[in-house]
Amino acid sequence: MFDTLTDRLSGTLRGLRGRGRMRPADVDEALAEIRLALLEADVNVAVVRRFVERVRERSIGGEVTASLTPGQQVTKIVNDELIDILGTSPLDVQFASKPPTVVLLAGLQGSGKTTAAAKLAQWCKSQGRNPLLVGADLQRPAAVEQLRTLARSIDVEVWSEAGDPVDCAAGGLSHAQQAGRDVLIVDTAGRLAVDAELMTEVARISDAVEPHYTFLVVDAMVGQDAVATAETFHATLEVDGIILTKLDGDARGGAALSVAEVVGRPVAFASVGEKIDDFEQFHPDRMASRILGMGDVMTLIEKAERVYEQEEAEAAAQRLVEGTFTLDDFVDQLRQLRKMGNLQSIVSMMPGVSDQVRNAEIDDDRITTAEAIVLSMTPAERVSPEIIDASRRARIAAGSGTSSAQVSNLLKQFTQMRKMMGGMMGLGSKRRPAGRKAARKRGKSTGRAGGGSRTGGGGRATPKGASRTGKPAGKPSVADIDWDALDLKLPGR
Amino acid sequence: MQAPTPATFSSGLASSRRTLRDRLASMNRRRPDETTWESLEEALLGADVGVTTTMATLERLRTTAADQGIVDADELMHALAEGMRASLDADRTLHATAPEREGTTPVWLFVGVNGVGKTTTIGKVGARLSAQGQAVVMAAGDTFRAAATDQLQTWADRCGAELISGSSGADPSSVVHDAVSAAAARGADVVLADTAGRLQNRKNLMDELAKVRRVADREPGAVAETLLVIDATTGQNGLSQARAFAEATDVTGVVLTKLDGSAKGGIVFAIEAELGLPVKLVGLGEGPDDLVDFEPDSYIDALLGVDAD
Repeated sequence: MFDTLTDRLSGTLRGLRGRGRMRPADVDEALAEIRLALLEADVNVAVVRRFVERVRERSIGGEVTASLTPGQQVTKIVNDELIDILGTSPLDVQFASKPPTVVLLAGLQGSGKTTAAAKLAQWCKSQGRNPLLVGADLQRPAAVEQLRTLARSIDVEVWSEAGDPVDCAAGGLSHAQQAGRDVLIVDTAGRLAVDAELMTEVARISDAVEPHYTFLVVDAMVGQDAVATAETFHATLEVDGIILTKLDGDARGGAALSVAEVVGRPVAFASVGEKIDDFEQFHPDRMASRILGMGDVMTLIEKAERVYEQEEAEAAAQRLVEGTFTLDDFVDQLRQLRKMGNLQSIVSMMPGVSDQVRNAEIDDDRITTAEAIVLSMTPAERVSPEIIDASRRARIAAGSGTSSAQVSNLLKQFTQMRKMMGGMMGLGSKRRPAGRKAARKRGKSTGRAGGGSRTGGGGRATPKGASRTGKPAGKPSVADIDWDALDLKLPGR
Repeated sequence: MQAPTPATFSSGLASSRRTLRDRLASMNRRRPDETTWESLEEALLGADVGVTTTMATLERLRTTAADQGIVDADELMHALAEGMRASLDADRTLHATAPEREGTTPVWLFVGVNGVGKTTTIGKVGARLSAQGQAVVMAAGDTFRAAATDQLQTWADRCGAELISGSSGADPSSVVHDAVSAAAARGADVVLADTAGRLQNRKNLMDELAKVRRVADREPGAVAETLLVIDATTGQNGLSQARAFAEATDVTGVVLTKLDGSAKGGIVFAIEAELGLPVKLVGLGEGPDDLVDFEPDSYIDALLGVDAD
């Protein structure tokens, strides 16, 4: 997503960077390109007009600093304006001191409310909360059933009752209070912004449950109409934030800018894949960086860290260095990868990734197959795969429902991986692992990484990273192995 | 399918028309100047026609306006509408049976990204075909989204169609295959096959969809229509959707849904004008009867705010 906008802006601004001085004509030329790029990204025409005007005023009107070239200056202004619109910082979700914290989700049909409701519930669980979902979409056939199915998969209770959606929501609130649920997430029926009757209904639901947060769910693929929709919902409900869905698609997502500008509230969460875990807090500054061609490495790193069990991975790293990395470790790594969610969404967040890699087949089924093969091995075989001969291979294939060729292929990959990673560890101080490398790249391009140190980018991104940055250079850390595993194992096939 | 009444079609676009007309009103009785061109550009862009198609369309209009010496805004609008109408010239016939595949059971396959209204569209198409006396079998090929089958079952019950489904997470190809076999055995007139919504950049899911189409096209079935469902609120990503789905499944037509909101659905103009994929059906509301044939004239008039009366 945002790829083309990124390309265009970086192309234009690179042109500006190449010149010593910037004349008003240069500014206008760049702004014309920016305007087209934003329009192609589906940013609303009126929003684009205002955006371009603000950048022009600030570019030509002054704010000349000695330290920046004109090109850097326009880059910075465009970046600042994007951040201004998207929100200067991520929404800090405050749970109510008197539970439950009530969250209302509203949006157009098909924007992904029901899925977002379940994902938000899962996110609340990950924050140590105990949510209750309310299925108040009594319009769409089987919407409540969809919510129940999703909720079952994350072990969250769903409250719903047929009849009036307002009564249903109110009933959910009392049930949450009685059952001691500390977050209440209300899924409402999708509606068209022009439908006054349904807008009144969602307003009544809002009155009945008095939400602490009202989130407007917006599909990243939406075009110009995002503004009209947001205006109507905001006028009816006082939207507190936006949940941007389907960000794993290739839509440029200009709707995020349009809606945030109109509503004056930040994008709070982004849905980045089909799995329940593919849901994260939205970081406006990072999104602006992404728009400007700097990639979104911070989100990437954070996502990796959230899932990885530190000790396990460190232990695996140790065994790897010692050459005792086993097939059990290998499968553990694969499982970790899968837990991180949609692998493609992770890859697409990495800057400088070619389209070929971006579109590479990274198939969860392959992880499942690999897992089945390893689980069909004896403990001895997992530790010493070299003992696997033809008859053992046939037995493993039969046990895992695969072919001998698949088993051989997996063993070959494992051996290669062990060899290559061993070699990489040997290089130590010379060669950095992919995870850090990516972070460093971002640090370099923004010029903002603390102190310009190589690990500065990572340290800035993650409070926990502080201890890691203190490690001696070259010592393998968690991210090292796993990112290399991703590189070597999956897209390379 | 019978032709819809123009009034119904236009009423769906009433709200969008007002904005455009307001904008164009200030042009009346004046020579087209840069302000005029900017207004037109913003109107087309604001309707989701997209940068490339808008620029190309207006470039042609500039030539026409110069050639014909147009100085009146109404004439200019007329020329624009005619120019756009000429771009919408694809054959939009809906095929009841697969061409040159006599004796097979026709399958209509519905594809598209998540949340565009595929399942609802199948319900509406089923209702119309049933009302015409056809025996309809529905295939619950969306085995991914939770409760998608329940949703389709509701529609099947409403229009008296038979639903063939598999278990959740089942191979969609096998569900479609079962539905085609069942339909052929019972002598049904048509199979309406639902598929799970998928983002077009997910290669493995697009491969899966291509397989569903191949299976549906195998005897005793034959794919008569592959309809790409596009939500009227969709922005420029609609072009990317059309390209990817056309490549994977040989799309024969576009269904534009949710045109009863405030969105103008200009992206399907770009899709037909640039990719030659005909828009065949339009969804105008939530009722079973709110699906009508696409009418280029009404669509363009509404898009531009020209009064059709």
